[in-house]
Amino acid sequence: MSDPVLDIAGATVLLGGREVLSDVDFRLRQGELVGLIGPNGAGKTTLLRTALGLVPVHRGSVVVGGRAPRQAQGALGYVPQRHEFAWDFPITVEGAVATGRTHLTGLLRRRTARDRDAVTGALDRVGMADLRTRPVGELSGGQRQRVLVARALALRPRVLLLDEPFTGIDAPTQELLSTLLTDLRDEGVAVLMTTHDLAAATSLCSRLCLLNRVVVADGEPAALADTDIWLRTFGLDRAGQLLKALGVTG
Amino acid sequence: MSAFLEALIAPWEYDFWRRALLVALMSGVVCGVIGSHVVLRGMAFIGDAVAHSVFPGIAVAFVLGLDLVLGGAVAGVVTALLIAVFTQNRRLKEDSVIGIFFAASFGLGIVILSTAPGYGGSLESFLFGSILGISDSDVLSVAVIGAAVLLCTGVFNSRFVATTLDREQARAVGLPVFGLDVALHVMVTLAIVISLQAVGNVLVLALLVTPAAAARLLTDRLGVMMLLAPLIGAGGSVLGLYLSYAFDLAAGGLIVLTLTAVFLLCWFFAPRHGLLTRPRRTAPATAAPAPAAVAEEMS
Repeated sequence: MSDPVLDIAGATVLLGGREVLSDVDFRLRQGELVGLIGPNGAGKTTLLRTALGLVPVHRGSVVVGGRAPRQAQGALGYVPQRHEFAWDFPITVEGAVATGRTHLTGLLRRRTARDRDAVTGALDRVGMADLRTRPVGELSGGQRQRVLVARALALRPRVLLLDEPFTGIDAPTQELLSTLLTDLRDEGVAVLMTTHDLAAATSLCSRLCLLNRVVVADGEPAALADTDIWLRTFGLDRAGQLLKALGVTG
Repeated sequence: MSAFLEALIAPWEYDFWRRALLVALMSGVVCGVIGSHVVLRGMAFIGDAVAHSVFPGIAVAFVLGLDLVLGGAVAGVVTALLIAVFTQNRRLKEDSVIGIFFAASFGLGIVILSTAPGYGGSLESFLFGSILGISDSDVLSVAVIGAAVLLCTGVFNSRFVATTLDREQARAVGLPVFGLDVALHVMVTLAIVISLQAVGNVLVLALLVTPAAAARLLTDRLGVMMLLAPLIGAGGSVLGLYLSYAFDLAAGGLIVLTLTAVFLLCWFFAPRHGLLTRPRRTAPATAAPAPAAVAEEMS
């Protein structure tokens, strides 16, 4: 098996003095598509932000492509939740996607042909090429999600981290995203996404990581057919419905 | 017609009017450009705070007989930095920190100014502007500082855009978000300082916010907005000055009222976004995405 391109080892993360992640081990290899599952407040977004180097680890280590996350920014593509983005800003779809590469452009330089190619390629992949000149404020929820994915792809990342990409989007976008993530996986990109959509996660992902402050379980979807695991991740109330939905219990 | 032309040219024959028109023009341009970022980032309150916080610096410079623009710039920058640092404490929201500092610095300014004899008159000119009392060296300071602010905007523009759009992503790709915040605060401060003499401390916010807000109503493109805002700012300021010349009324107030009139016109009549001109239906007027839109409505 290849070396992990994202290697989180024994990571404990504190937010405001509270332990949000506790001794978390998580590895992501090239060509993997992994779903990060857990209830609200389980630390899913925090785990992504830890991988990006946006929150410091109290104990443990984070290594991306052999480096600290802050030195590996070119390797990491990040698709935050949609509400992080100022959709009322007067900018076109194309302009918004191009901001994904702003940090690569020198202060006194203009965008290069390489930048333009990367933006055009990313727009094509999410099927937004014909809406490239539209102001972002006029887009639907699904189209907005595609813009955020394209912005991350414009970096041509080796690792793609997505926070709730399937929440509140239309069926065509859901389908497009599923195909796109599978394609990226096949091209050797390491993909990690948080999601509440368990059905989509089980059918799409090669591996699921169940998180609730600690890693409760981590393996292929089929190997997680143990009621106890889901009980520990989600607590008693929710687990019953979830298991039924997944067909884990008969 | 020739009478109109004469009226147009008349104020330019006086040195002090010429200086006033130049400063109004330059302030309008610089505030329009940097104001676009202020409006889009929703930091109008910070602009207000900085406007008040340059006051003690100007007061000190006035009492000690130093350059007013320089004094104001130093005080404004110090306050902008203090706000940036104190807002790192998450227990306090930014607006509280800003409120504390701008009131404090305004108080400090009044106390300092009261040490100067006959301070009532100078207080009034700080608060409401004294555009007809501008010196040649003031015009030069405004031109130099204004050019520097415009140059910096050109250099940092795409980074400001990326940071305003999505701070989380900007941090993730390693843009120096805190440094960019400080740079923007400092540039806002400088734009305000050079505009103080035109409209005064109380009204300077209008020069920063009103033209940019009007421009935002006219376009969905940042590039166009950053051209329209300085155009509105400079045009409105010069028109306000002319009205002041023609009717012999307060210049600062008329500049602000002219800008406000332009804003209201845009509010009512802007293509697509105006109150009286926007399309009846609220759905985006799109051509293609029918299936997506339908599917989303159903889900």
